[in-house]
Amino acid sequence: MAAKNSDSRYGWVAIAFHWLMVPAVLGLFALGWWMRQLSYYDPWYRQGPEIHKAIGILLLIALLLRLCWKCLNRRPAELPGTPRWQALAARLTHGGLYLLLLASMLSGYLISTADGRAIDVFGLFSVPATLQGLTNQEDIAGEVHEILAWTLMALVALHALAALKHHFIDRDANLLRMLGKRAKPATPGKSCSPEGQRGSNPASNSNPSTVK
Amino acid sequence: MKQIAIFLLASLLGATAQAAEYVIDTKGAHAFIQFRIKHLGYSWLYGRFDDFSGSFQYDENNPEASSINVNIDVNSLDSNHAERDKHLRGEDFLFVEKYPSATFKSTRYEVTGDGKGKLSGDLTLRGITKPITIDVTHIGGGQDPWGGYRQGFTGTTEFALKDFGIDYNLGPASQTVEMILDVEGIRL
Repeated sequence: MAAKNSDSRYGWVAIAFHWLMVPAVLGLFALGWWMRQLSYYDPWYRQGPEIHKAIGILLLIALLLRLCWKCLNRRPAELPGTPRWQALAARLTHGGLYLLLLASMLSGYLISTADGRAIDVFGLFSVPATLQGLTNQEDIAGEVHEILAWTLMALVALHALAALKHHFIDRDANLLRMLGKRAKPATPGKSCSPEGQRGSNPASNSNPSTVK
Repeated sequence: MKQIAIFLLASLLGATAQAAEYVIDTKGAHAFIQFRIKHLGYSWLYGRFDDFSGSFQYDENNPEASSINVNIDVNSLDSNHAERDKHLRGEDFLFVEKYPSATFKSTRYEVTGDGKGKLSGDLTLRGITKPITIDVTHIGGGQDPWGGYRQGFTGTTEFALKDFGIDYNLGPASQTVEMILDVEGIRL
């Protein structure tokens, strides 16, 4: 599999970014939710937040690298027959996911660095504070962080449900494509007609994986 | 009779001996509301409230007539650690969103010795009002170098967290909090 994306396929780098971030994002949410309920004498009372912050920083770095990689790569064309509104909804959702990830990690960073303390990442390196000392910064950033995290999870659920719908109901190759498979539907779905609104798009005409 | 005599004597002594109202010098930050609580029973953790205001009545010759009112912005808590401050402001502890201010209103002052006394009053914290007693020491008072007149006191008190609705378990050594109160007032 090529590292870079092609017109019809995702390269392995984009796929690796996607699937490595899935457990990180879900794990951070779960850990963040769980660690707030720990009692003061719980062994995880200190470790939970330490790990949450360190993984958050690593995820932020991964996200920035991913966005750079995204800029350097073409976006595989929509599968033929994708309704225009669906393509638009998918792009909005993806953009929203990136924005929410970025904003929730920045707000988390602003909680922990509100008093000028740095964030330590597993003893490997630490990220210094930048914006600090605003009135009640940690409280405001905390509320924003919580709202963004829940909003992110809602959008993640929508994204995942849409992918599953493509796979099991439309029976198209959207999900398989993110698993590195060729964009060739296993069974031609009823909504996958090659002609229609995409005929005017030269990218889809030259697409070797266009069905039939 | 004794009080009348004191009053007459005080009048003779002039301005310095009159019962007067003093505003707590928060503007110049010559007043501190601090607390300390044991951490695990191994050390003291200190914090303070940065924003508060108040005034007191004080007469050097009739200290028993002293009184004080203080209003504290609980949101201004600072324990020198943002994440801890966030937790302390939250529902587990001070719940500042619902109870943004705390107040203390004195009810009586009892002189116990030279420059020492017990100040009784009602503390309202986290929406709960309970009587507390503060051990007070008068540190000093007089002219300041800028044409004003000041009096300063220090006081300590202690109460159980659960008396004010805080039942978060910090461990057996951390059931009570001590308050360390220092006020300097400028005479109006």
